[in-house]
Amino acid sequence: MTAGFWTDAALASTVADAAYIVAALLFILSLAGLSAHETARRGVAFGIAGMAIALASTVWVVAATGSLVPQGGFGLTLLAVAVLAGGAIGLWRARVVEMTGMPELIALLHSFVGLAAVLVGWNGHLAASELSGSLRDIHHAEVFIGVFIGGVTFTGSIVAFLKLSARIGSRPLMLPGKNALNIAALVLFVALTVWYVLVPGLGLLVAVTALALLLGWHLVASIGGGDMPVVVSMLNSYSGWAAAAAGFLLNNDLLIVTGALVGSSGAYLSYIMCRAMNRSFLSVIAGGFGIEAPRAGEEEQGEHRETDAASVATLLASASSVVITPGYGMAVAQAQYPVAKLAERLRARGVRVRFGIHPVAGRLPGHMNVLLAEAKVPYDIVLEMDEINDDLAATDVVLVIGANDTVNPAAAEDPGSPIAGMPVLRVWEAANVIVFKRSMASGYAGVQNPLFFRENTQMLFGDAKERVEDILRAL
Amino acid sequence: MTRIGIVAEPAGENRVAVSPATAARIITLGYTVSVERGAGAASSFPDDAYAAAGATLVDRGTAWAADVVLAITPPAPADIARLRAGATFVGLLSPALRPELLEQLAARGVTALALDAVPRISRAQSMDVLSSMANIAGYRAVVEAANEFGRFFTGQVTAAGKVPPAKVLVAGAGVAGLAAIGAASSLGAIVRATDPRPEVADQVRSIGGQYLEVVVPEEQKEVSADGYAKATSEAYDRRARELYSEQAADVDIIITTALIPGRPAPRLITAADVAAMRPGSVVVDMAAAQGGNVEGSVAGERVVTANGVVILGYTDLAGRLPQQASQLYGTNLLNLLTLVTPGKEGVLALDLDDVVQRAVVVARDGEVTWPPPPVQVSAAPAAASASAGPAAPAGPARRRLSTRAQTGLATAGIAVLFLVCAFAPPPLPQHFLVLTLSVVVGFSVIGKVAHALHTPLMSVTNAISGIIVIGAMLQLTSDQLIVQLLAAVAALVASINIFGGFAVTRRMLAMFRRGDAS
Repeated sequence: MTAGFWTDAALASTVADAAYIVAALLFILSLAGLSAHETARRGVAFGIAGMAIALASTVWVVAATGSLVPQGGFGLTLLAVAVLAGGAIGLWRARVVEMTGMPELIALLHSFVGLAAVLVGWNGHLAASELSGSLRDIHHAEVFIGVFIGGVTFTGSIVAFLKLSARIGSRPLMLPGKNALNIAALVLFVALTVWYVLVPGLGLLVAVTALALLLGWHLVASIGGGDMPVVVSMLNSYSGWAAAAAGFLLNNDLLIVTGALVGSSGAYLSYIMCRAMNRSFLSVIAGGFGIEAPRAGEEEQGEHRETDAASVATLLASASSVVITPGYGMAVAQAQYPVAKLAERLRARGVRVRFGIHPVAGRLPGHMNVLLAEAKVPYDIVLEMDEINDDLAATDVVLVIGANDTVNPAAAEDPGSPIAGMPVLRVWEAANVIVFKRSMASGYAGVQNPLFFRENTQMLFGDAKERVEDILRAL
Repeated sequence: MTRIGIVAEPAGENRVAVSPATAARIITLGYTVSVERGAGAASSFPDDAYAAAGATLVDRGTAWAADVVLAITPPAPADIARLRAGATFVGLLSPALRPELLEQLAARGVTALALDAVPRISRAQSMDVLSSMANIAGYRAVVEAANEFGRFFTGQVTAAGKVPPAKVLVAGAGVAGLAAIGAASSLGAIVRATDPRPEVADQVRSIGGQYLEVVVPEEQKEVSADGYAKATSEAYDRRARELYSEQAADVDIIITTALIPGRPAPRLITAADVAAMRPGSVVVDMAAAQGGNVEGSVAGERVVTANGVVILGYTDLAGRLPQQASQLYGTNLLNLLTLVTPGKEGVLALDLDDVVQRAVVVARDGEVTWPPPPVQVSAAPAAASASAGPAAPAGPARRRLSTRAQTGLATAGIAVLFLVCAFAPPPLPQHFLVLTLSVVVGFSVIGKVAHALHTPLMSVTNAISGIIVIGAMLQLTSDQLIVQLLAAVAALVASINIFGGFAVTRRMLAMFRRGDAS
């Protein structure tokens, strides 16, 4: 009876259907839990539980159906090897990744979902289908849609990964008529889908896969490095839709629920990012930003004043409130530990230290928060832009560490600036602004920053980490 | 090679235009420098120091006959006669107040550069001698007041009794005013400050002062467009007078710094206000030279009123710190020389298309070139509010579709969904139901996420999108080897995703911690 119970394929799939509903619910609770610090860990626990339930019940289904067919044993072996090897690789990467390398890792993980979706779609074509009539046509369309979304996600994420890890340049690629290219790709996809539904053929599947891979590559290649937070969350969304498409293909509600959850949450995050940059979502995903030519004749902005670590230390020691606004430069210089130490040291002296984080600081939504948390900065002194902006005018010293566009007064004051209207941290209202910078080069947006020439601004050039350590010594 | 002459200032002026250190740096610009003997004596710069810096020591006539003459005070008629035709004179000329002096210099054929006419723009800040001198003067005004004042500035509780802190009122929060506020508050006094520009309130607070605003309800407050204070309106003046009268009766020390370029100093403190002050109080009128902010002040004199209030009208406050003042003045001068010596080969080349140089040159080729065309500069608040206007409507218009378009799109989407579900065979409609509800759930669940948790959220959603592994697993028992292999690869990469995503999220969340309750 025991053996019969475990090999009862019908029972297994009934139980699995029930388990999928439980898993879907746990995933929803997981996302809900992650919206607040207090419940975040519980949220992850829900997610893991849901995943464990889903995997366990699926393994049972595979084992039960596998016992009925000759190749089942081989399939089960493959399953065990794939999951164990994949799990080991995943855990290993998760343990060794630097927090500054988070964006790359997440982009790479997105590409895996895309790849899996492509492979599942191909299998949908290769596996003999017992469907007929309109259901068969729908099945074919689902194969195509799944492969297409998966392909776009795959190469898009790979390009994002390469850009984020600086293996390729982050400048946007500018092909002539790029919007037309994107639209042409979509039209071609629809045409190929119709063709494939009428006359299924492997050649068409290869063609659509190639098309999707090219489109994914082009979409992300034409987006500049500064828009990466949007791109990463957009790819997150795509990976969700890829899973949902696979769910349609495989008649699996859990895949649809999970895919839609991930897809919609990713889309919403992208929308939040775009709003934080006052950018149209469409223009960002179509690589629209940065097309506007920089304004003719970069007019002379004036002189910047340079300072040194010892003077900054004196200034900080006599300040009563300090705000630190980090940017991508802090991540690059790995300066989060000395910065955290500086904050701690100043707090011990009774200085009110807070961090102001722009929504798009860094290359990943919330990137700065993760880095500061890594360096043990308590999260209740790490504030959002809207929370800190009104306090900046009453602040003695603002330390701008590796941020540029997110503190650019041109966004608020110069309607002709390419970043006009983007909400920024109004650091220039503080009594003193110290800008840590490697050189006078402009930020990702390629826009000169008038902040550097303000009378209350002083520049501290050099590697952010070394400079902060100098200040610590001087204190 | 161009020769630069540094002249001794008349008696009563302790500063010198160039310190030995600055002279050495002028020489590196390619000039030869001659210094009148004894020029630096009052600033404690001996002649030897100039010689050591590479300058030659000359007599008065030779110094004045140089190609370029550097000085502080305006030249006396006798000195103008000593200047060569075609020479350049650099110094403080107060061009707005002394047009006749400019006429004389122009008539002599001298190119005159007025250091006190440097425009207030960021680029010219390093040459702004008014700022650098005002900073010193503001500090010194407090020191002079402390010298006359018979009590501590700071409050103390001692075994011999309690000492209340001195109360200081600083009128005008420009550079001098801010320096005075800073000096007085670091001595421990309670410092209050007034200024017609409300935008300086934060600056006052930042150095320890308390800003007293003159509240004029019916009046539109003007924001300075050129960085200097402007003359004020009638209603404002009336309220300001009341404020000063109230404060005069309360405070121990008043330091007035109100100056309007090109105009006599505004009268802020009346004789009645001074009479209301306690005996032993001190008033420092830093505008005494331009007519005085305080009724009864005499330029350059110490006056004691009938009720025992000391009014100081010193006009040489900066010169009372001669070493410091000479050093800063010389640096301003050096920065100007650097600007007009682009080749660094000792040739003065004025570029009148540059707004800074144009503003400084007040006489040239026999003509008076004052005033220069206006330069609109700095003054952040005015610029911000002006430019925010056009920017604001542009933003939302670009970002948002109109409500009607949004409704249209939503209706179209719902119609498409309806058609698909109406005509598609099962199980498609159920799938769409599940999809639609999940999308709605996804949006509403994510809507409230804290910004700081975006990265963990993303890595968790990434991990759960690895659920696609289920699809791959189900294909593993296919009867085609190729399908099995592809499915195995898919399962492998999706597993990396699941395990990696959850593990990295846990790692991140473990790092987020709340600070101690303090």
